[in-house]
Amino acid sequence: MKYNCYITGFGFHVPEKIMTNHDFEHLVDTSDEWITSRTGIKQRHISAGQTCSDLAYQASLQALKEALITPQELTHIIMATFTPDTYLPNAACVLLEKLKHSNIAVMDINTACTGFVSGLEIARGLCAISSKANVLLVASEVLTSRVNFDDRSTCVLFGDGAGAAVISSTCSPAHNMAGSLVDVCLKADGALGELLTVKGGGSAYPLTLGQPVGENFFVQMEGREVFKHAVRSMYNVSLEILENNSVRPQDVSLVVPHQANIRIIDALAKKMNLDSSRIFVNVQKYGNTSAASVPIALAEARESGKIRAGDLVLLVAFGGGFTWGAALVRF
Amino acid sequence: MSVEEKVREIVVDKLGISSDELKPESKFVEDLGADSLDLTELIMAMEEEFDIEIDDEKAQELLTVQAAIDYIKANQQAAG
Repeated sequence: MKYNCYITGFGFHVPEKIMTNHDFEHLVDTSDEWITSRTGIKQRHISAGQTCSDLAYQASLQALKEALITPQELTHIIMATFTPDTYLPNAACVLLEKLKHSNIAVMDINTACTGFVSGLEIARGLCAISSKANVLLVASEVLTSRVNFDDRSTCVLFGDGAGAAVISSTCSPAHNMAGSLVDVCLKADGALGELLTVKGGGSAYPLTLGQPVGENFFVQMEGREVFKHAVRSMYNVSLEILENNSVRPQDVSLVVPHQANIRIIDALAKKMNLDSSRIFVNVQKYGNTSAASVPIALAEARESGKIRAGDLVLLVAFGGGFTWGAALVRF
Repeated sequence: MSVEEKVREIVVDKLGISSDELKPESKFVEDLGADSLDLTELIMAMEEEFDIEIDDEKAQELLTVQAAIDYIKANQQAAG
C-alpha cells in the first residue's frame, strides 16, 4: 500500500524539579560515583504534583506549534504510558479535554519503554488508511509514581517527562525539518516478562480496600538480565530494520536509542561499530523516562542541531514485556 | 586460539587491563576491579564467542578467570 507519513512537529517537556545523585545519598545507601559509573545518570527531573497528562499537554503544545496545526485539527491521539493519571479515564481522554478537543479517536497504549516506537507503527497505519490524518503521538511517564524509593537498585534509575510528535499524511514546505517515517519494526517476548514488572493493582494482584501496597506496586527489575536482553534485542532489531530497507549501518546519520543506562548504550554502540558522535545520549540529564525517553531524545537531538536535513535517523527502544522495536526516519 | 587465550583476550578487552595483570586465579571483582555490569558484559562476550548460554545464577559463581575457562571447556565438551 502506498501512503505518506510525515513527522511534522516535535516537542518535549520535563518537570522543573531536579533530583541529583547527591540527593539520593540521603535516601538510600548509594553515592554519586556508584550511580554515575554504573548508569551514566547525574540527575533526573521529578514531578512535583504534575500528572502524566500535564507533562503530555506541554510537550503536545510544542509539537502542535511546529506542525502548524491547532489541537482541533487533530484526528487521533495515541498516548503511550504505563503511568496514566488514572486507569479510567485513560490519559488520552484527559489530554483530549486539556486540548479542548473532542469527538475524535483517542487511546492509551502500553508497551513500556517501547511505547513511542509502537505508537509510530499505529500512526503510520492511520496515515495509510486516511490521507487526512493528523495524529498526535505523545509518550508521557510519571515513573516516580511507581518507584520504590527504598530500593537503591532501582530508585536512582528513573525520571519523569514527556515527548510528543505530530504525524500526518501530508507535509508542506512550511514545515521546518519534518521527518518522513520510512519504516517501523516491532518485537515482543512474553516469556521474559518476569524480569521487569509493575504488578500490584493489576487483576492478577487485585487491590483490597484498606490494605497497604507492597513492593510489587513499584518497578521491580532483574538488572543484569535486562541489560543482556536490552543490548542484544536492540542490536538485532536495528540490523533487521536496516536490512529490510537495504540500508547499510554506515548510512545511518544518528542513532537515537532508549535512554536507560549509558552502559547499555555503549555496549550497543560497540556491537554496531558506531562512533560515539553517531549515537545520541542524554541519559545523564533525565535518567530513564520509559516511553518518553526516545521522543525526548529525538526532539532534543533535532533542536540541538545534531540532526540535519537529509539525515537518516534510527530510533531503537527496549522495555518491559519484553517489548522492543526500531524505526527509521528520514529528515 | 585456545579457550584460555580467547578468555584472556575478552577479559583484557572488557576490563581495559593489561594482560600482565591477568593470572588464572585473578578474581574479576576483587583483583581486576570489575563491577556487576562489567561481569554481565564479560558473560555476554563469552556466550557469543563460544556459542554457549551461561544463566545468571551460574554467572554469579564464576568468580575467577580460571573458573570461567573451566566452565566454558566443560560446556563446550558437553555440547560436542
